[in-house]
Amino acid sequence: MALFEPKNEQKEIKYAEMRIYSDEELNNYTEEELKNFKIKHDIPDLEELEKGPWPSFVSDAKQGALHRRKLADDRMLIDRDVIEDMLGQLQVSFDDGETHWKHGGIVGVFGYGGGVIGRYSDLPEKYPSIAHFHTVRVNQPASKFYNSDFLRTVCDMWEYRGSGMMNLHGSTGDLVLLGTTTEQLEPIFFELTHELGQDIGGSGSNLRTPSCCIGKARCEFACYDTQDLCYELTQYYQDELHRPAFPYKFKFKFDGCPNGCVASIARSDMSFIGTWRDDIRIDQDAVKGYIAGDFIPNAGAHAGRDWGKFDLQKEVLDLCPSKCMKYEDGVLTIDNAECVRCMHCINTMPRALKPGTDTGVSILLGAKAPILEGAQMATLIVPFMKAEAPYDNIKEFIEKVWEFWMEEGKNRERLGELMQRFGLPKFLEIMELPPAPHMVKTPRENPYVLWKEEDVPGGWTRDIKEYRTRHKR
Amino acid sequence: MALSLERLGKYDPKDPQKNRLTDLGPRHFWQYFPPVIQNNYGKWAYHDVLEPGVLVHVSETGEKVFTVRCGAARFMTVQHVREICEIADKYCDGYVRFTTRNNIEFLVDSEAKLDALKKDLQGRKFPGGSFKFPIGGTGAGVTNIVHTQGYIHCHTPATDASSMVKSIADALFEEFQGMNLPAKVRVSMACCLNMCGAVHCSDIALLGYHRKPPIIDHEVIDKVCEIPLAIAACPLGAISPDKTPEGGKTVKIKQDRCMFCGNCYTMCQALPLSDKEGDGVTILAGGKISNRISMPKFSKVVVPWLPNNFPRFPEVVENVKKILNAYAQGANKYERLGDWAERIGWEKFFEKTGLEFTEHLIDDYRLAYDTWRTSTQFKYTDAAWNVSKAAGGID
Repeated sequence: MALFEPKNEQKEIKYAEMRIYSDEELNNYTEEELKNFKIKHDIPDLEELEKGPWPSFVSDAKQGALHRRKLADDRMLIDRDVIEDMLGQLQVSFDDGETHWKHGGIVGVFGYGGGVIGRYSDLPEKYPSIAHFHTVRVNQPASKFYNSDFLRTVCDMWEYRGSGMMNLHGSTGDLVLLGTTTEQLEPIFFELTHELGQDIGGSGSNLRTPSCCIGKARCEFACYDTQDLCYELTQYYQDELHRPAFPYKFKFKFDGCPNGCVASIARSDMSFIGTWRDDIRIDQDAVKGYIAGDFIPNAGAHAGRDWGKFDLQKEVLDLCPSKCMKYEDGVLTIDNAECVRCMHCINTMPRALKPGTDTGVSILLGAKAPILEGAQMATLIVPFMKAEAPYDNIKEFIEKVWEFWMEEGKNRERLGELMQRFGLPKFLEIMELPPAPHMVKTPRENPYVLWKEEDVPGGWTRDIKEYRTRHKR
Repeated sequence: MALSLERLGKYDPKDPQKNRLTDLGPRHFWQYFPPVIQNNYGKWAYHDVLEPGVLVHVSETGEKVFTVRCGAARFMTVQHVREICEIADKYCDGYVRFTTRNNIEFLVDSEAKLDALKKDLQGRKFPGGSFKFPIGGTGAGVTNIVHTQGYIHCHTPATDASSMVKSIADALFEEFQGMNLPAKVRVSMACCLNMCGAVHCSDIALLGYHRKPPIIDHEVIDKVCEIPLAIAACPLGAISPDKTPEGGKTVKIKQDRCMFCGNCYTMCQALPLSDKEGDGVTILAGGKISNRISMPKFSKVVVPWLPNNFPRFPEVVENVKKILNAYAQGANKYERLGDWAERIGWEKFFEKTGLEFTEHLIDDYRLAYDTWRTSTQFKYTDAAWNVSKAAGGID
């Protein structure tokens, strides 16, 4: 039974019906041929990168190149040598210590302002097959579960209409298709939407493709349905995702708990982090089990070294940032009012401790990378908000933030920078939120309060003559 | 239903709106959850790391799901993705998942299926000898290094990403396949400070950095750029309007004000920065994302610059290992790299890692004062004695 329903019909994709290439075509080289295969350019530095245990992207690229070489001419619409030329240019970039991709180039699909990144080589005579080498960002399914029918179909489409090179995944979360020509952008978009029921992602001054952690799909810590909220907001804000109307990029990320596996607190303008407001659930028998050594602490994450016998006092109670835990007479107690929900005790004893059941999200705003005014982490603005479908409260909050940012934000000013420019007090006033000590690490250290006239009895209009009646010059 | 073989597929350039579908969004996640995930959604009770790279999650229903996590280069060809699909079909009913840090996860619903899957994964190698699917990346170790495009696809990088990551990951392979560190160590890489990888809160962050101000392409700048936007792009106000000898519009740059951020180049292609001698790598350390024990924190610059020594970056590898080894020896169980550095003091961090502390590591940008030490609490290291000597305080 499906717990969550898609917004639009999800036609089933069967690779057997969709496929372009036959099994013979997919397996068109032998191991021996691959071993002896040299690409058309000299790439000594790249061949060096085939050594060592970590998966070599060069070895992978070479197998892709050989595979293309052995396909028939009419079995691909992009130049056969595209992978070889990419590797050749990469070697030259190493030699020169400089990239050989030109600056930008505006390309896209009709009606959208994002999802495609224009890219051109600045050595097109030497590497003609990558003269055009545009990227298509494909919006990944939430938390990046796939089945092979979908992936294989994407592969056939992309080998036929593109370079066959891709990223699983790009930094923001998209499945990235690397390298095609301008001519093929619309056909690719039509194949994606018509055959794969699949849209492209965000780029430019858009809502960028939202992403989330694995959540309740396979994690006992998740405090809300990260995939569902991610999917709902992605669907609800399709217009914002595809048609640039913002001052700059805007990112949502969804972490199910304060462990923060998708790094939303550092990487998103609006960070949703699961939390709870009732008590941590304790299984006292399991606590005893950890003490007795029946269970390995931290789910065995430290098993590679002998750290000695588990010591509840030293490893949990003493490391609790608010020191709100006690173990007396065989009973573990937590002063939940003092708990800051850092997850350490829960991570260390997952069988014994679980987050509470009255769950929601903390919302933090304004994280970004260093361009321009230095890196920012997200600031806690909403300590707790319920996060249940259809998430109207969250949408309302989002739109209020966007209204302010779109009204006041300068070109290429991220939300976090705008919040700094206006100051947190002014931002809270606009958001109609009461100030709280939760939003700061400490109160301010200078007294330079910008008092407003209405704050001060009698106002600011004063008469110097009247003043001089009390004070001689 | 089949993929089209026509050159323009279903697209009609004479009528671009015909049959156009838009705003579909991503495909819905639920259909890609394997049955064991669907059946136990929201019911997971606990998990264990059975061995490095292998997890079991146990549901309240008693059902279990076993996960094998494999490292991967995020750059893949269709041939590699097809091989992933072949494995997913053979062992996992066709399902597969990718993690935020570009690992591949194969899920099976019984322990019996685990051994064959692991054995198969371990046996697959590229002709050059590297593993296709190394198992690891869990617990107190180093997991996959997230990174950016670099020279493979980007126009602003100050270094390459895939080659540096491959070199570091080779050097830290033991830590990827083991869980012998005090806590997890997140290594991240961005090839310029646009940081599409946002690496600024990582235990160890590798960052490409330029060191030469932009060159001005006077001949075309007025044609290819909005000059006021290029001027406004400079956070330090180093760019101002100027005239060429022929009277054309251009800009001039106060070079000693440039902090090499490249924002002007992002706005204006007539101001390129990259340069073989100028570009290199900065190492930052001690950041974290998790709220566990201590609050999330930024990484700090600990090595101001290292050369782009392609393809293996030996200097970068050596410095990363120095940091990691000192941390592995000195930190307490559960202590993240930044927490360790703060506990022992940054002066001890530099002593123990053997990294050189130079003037570049003292903040002189805005809000720099926040990082200056206003206390008599410090520890004596050689660096302290050197200052005392230089000040004439001791012989």
